Amino acid sequence: MDWTQYLNPLMLGAWVTIELTIYSTVFGAILAFAAGIGKLAHNPLIKAISIGYIEIFRGTSLLVQLFWLYFALPVAGQAIGIDLRLPPVAAGVLALSLNIGAYGAEVVRGAIQSVSKEQYEAARALNFTPRQALWRVALPQAIPEMMPPFGNLAIQNLKDTALVSLISLSDLAFRAEQLRNFTQDSTTIYTLALLMYFGLALVLTAMMKLLERFVGRWRAGAR
Amino acid sequence: MSDEPIIKFDKVVKRFGDLTVLNELDFEVKKGEKVSIIGPSGSGKSTVLRILMTLEDINGGVVTVGGEPLWHEKGPDGSLAPASETHLRKMRTQLGMVFQQFNLFPHMTVLRNITEAPVQVLGLSKQEAKQRGEELLELVGLADQAQKYPHQLSGGQQQRVGIARALAMRPNILLFDEPTSALDPELVGEVLNVIGKLAEEHDLTMLLVTHEMRFAREVSDRVCFFDQGRIREEGAPEDLFTDPNEERTREFLQAVLDN
Ligand SMILES: Nc1ncnc2c1ncn2[C@@H]1O[C@H](COP(=O)(O)OP(=O)(O)O)[C@@H](O)[C@H]1O
Ligand SMILES: [Mg+2]
Repeated sequence: MDWTQYLNPLMLGAWVTIELTIYSTVFGAILAFAAGIGKLAHNPLIKAISIGYIEIFRGTSLLVQLFWLYFALPVAGQAIGIDLRLPPVAAGVLALSLNIGAYGAEVVRGAIQSVSKEQYEAARALNFTPRQALWRVALPQAIPEMMPPFGNLAIQNLKDTALVSLISLSDLAFRAEQLRNFTQDSTTIYTLALLMYFGLALVLTAMMKLLERFVGRWRAGAR
Repeated sequence: MSDEPIIKFDKVVKRFGDLTVLNELDFEVKKGEKVSIIGPSGSGKSTVLRILMTLEDINGGVVTVGGEPLWHEKGPDGSLAPASETHLRKMRTQLGMVFQQFNLFPHMTVLRNITEAPVQVLGLSKQEAKQRGEELLELVGLADQAQKYPHQLSGGQQQRVGIARALAMRPNILLFDEPTSALDPELVGEVLNVIGKLAEEHDLTMLLVTHEMRFAREVSDRVCFFDQGRIREEGAPEDLFTDPNEERTREFLQAVLDN
């Protein structure tokens, strides 16, 4: 078989990989903000939930989380009479998001805490509420700080999507394995897959750089 | 200047861990009075302002602002309980602060630095806030810098924005914590000019922590010399600067003027 014939099925897989990456990065970022801000909350319940979530998902392997959501959760649901069966896409996106969200939460927390005490004092002196101080003063300064580590997490996330092939989602890694089983042409197929992942990573890096530059305008070259 | 005190410290104690910074401090400021606070570093000058701005709480005594306890709330039976955030928010509307390091918001334009709190906190319309902001920029001589970001301005200009930002909240009491100490010498004058202009305002009560002795002498009604968390000596500037009673005051003035 000519290598060009592998391209079509691999492209189909790459598209699934792209979708998984986008959904889980966006959803993960939202979780990261919620848990990162939650960890700094004064409310002990919100704080405890945030810390619990972050520690559990950072402390366990993504593969086990994925299998748990896909295989164990439905069984647990059955035991209490609720249908918790997730389609593979949902289980994949959920596991990836929860995972990136937990790591991202630490990035969000760190960036918020790096905003100087003086900025909070100025906000307080102007009678901002703590919430206004967070949204109007701290976050606009913290978000540009979050961008480089978020970029790394997004790339990590892209690579982690390969794990979802194990719950039979036909992403790039899954397609590659399928073709290899069929043709035994390991070298060509995996080289192509490698290049495609690399190409995707380059595009993602470029996108994160653009985003970084965009939010960097908020601080307008200060510091 | 009226006779009722707008600020009153009654046996105020402030500790940081084992360190007692203010030890039963008594201190009063009348409405409209311009008071300079001088004294060696570490003597508690900033702490006094920060307590007033509600950036530091107190460990004992009572601080009264505008006749109401600042860090306490009066219960129905007249007893004093620690202040709630709601009470502090209400009290804070009377006060404004200008910081040594300016503490401008680096991600906002100069105008936005000034209008953000009036819009968000006082509920002014954007239009009103902008108009008031532009008037204030005019007052501090920066009308043409409204759209710049703080880092594009000199230190002196930034501090003038800091003053305009505090004024935008229309405080009765303005606190200055060494407003010119972070500035290059050639930029000190422009900031002092603005503060001097404000000092001509009858109703505005001003508390100024400063090392600019000549300026303190010009603008203040009274000068307080702080030493180890107490007022060691206070009086009219012409008396305190020319003929202090205390040896400590004399030494301090000597040391500062030699510099
Ligand atoms: N947050 C703090 N924690 C511990 N010590 C502090 C704190 N703030 C001030 N101090 C100490 O309190 C004393 C008085 O400080 P401050 O009021 O800033 O003095 P001044 O403004 O007269 O130089 C100093 O010894 C200082 O080190
Ligand atoms: Mg000080």
